[in-house]
Amino acid sequence: MYGWIWRHLPGPTPVRVVIAAVLVAAVLAACFTWVYPALAPLMPFNNTTVGE
Amino acid sequence: MTATHGRRRRSGRAGDTVFAAIGVLGELLITLGLLLLGFLVWQLWWTDVVGNREQAQVVAGLGFTPAPTPSGAATPQVATPRHDDPPVLAEPAHGTTFATLQVPRWTGEPARPISEGTDKATVLDVLGIGHYEGTAMPGGVGNFAVAAHRTTYAKPFNRIAELQVGDALVVRTADTWYVYTVTSTQIVAPTDVSVIAPVPGQPGVTPTERSITLTTCHPMFSARERYVVHGTLSSWAPVSSGTPAELLAAAG
Repeated sequence: MYGWIWRHLPGPTPVRVVIAAVLVAAVLAACFTWVYPALAPLMPFNNTTVGE
Repeated sequence: MTATHGRRRRSGRAGDTVFAAIGVLGELLITLGLLLLGFLVWQLWWTDVVGNREQAQVVAGLGFTPAPTPSGAATPQVATPRHDDPPVLAEPAHGTTFATLQVPRWTGEPARPISEGTDKATVLDVLGIGHYEGTAMPGGVGNFAVAAHRTTYAKPFNRIAELQVGDALVVRTADTWYVYTVTSTQIVAPTDVSVIAPVPGQPGVTPTERSITLTTCHPMFSARERYVVHGTLSSWAPVSSGTPAELLAAAG
């Protein structure tokens, strides 16, 4: 999977490293902004209110 | 990945597909693990970063007039504590921030906003401390009961276990300081909602005292029990008359 992505990135190795880093940062940013906040209420340790 | 090309000539097509599938599965599992690690970082650190910033903005956005400092003096004027009936606000709408909490024992902690309601999505996760709807307002006869996170989302009550009997809890509304004194702490089951009764621990009894109750999770990073701190009003003062001595002692 990652090998496939690496082979399909354009440019020489330094350029690919930069693009890969940007991709990783984008995935993390999406997780922090949308995915994790959506998952948090489903976690058992966040189920803190009783009958409220 | 160049090794794959060498192996491809030796092994059959079916075996090649199986190895590729296992490889992809392995990478997906590693990715899942890293994303879970990312979730922990978000939950345990990033929610605090965002929460502290947002709650500071909420406090600043209240537009509370600073307590007076005499011209030329370095320290604010000390308010004369009053023991008559304090003014009590009407309960505001859900999600409305109406007060702040400062605890001198928690050196370095900023004033935290107190907002109406204890719903996680609309109050506790985004506005800091929440006021249990239907309980007394600051200074009122009954139990001014509030809740906040002990970990994550800026963790306003993270240091609740440091509180000792006799410590001051200072609540401020737009015009009034309410100075409460801690009288007891206890650890209860989450179902023990009598801690926020008008007379703490005695549901159905008509209150005569002006109490405060802080509730939060216990132990830390768990929702198994609740850490509860009770207090009673010891004095109050108009903000226009100065700053309570309890707060100035902590700063000095």
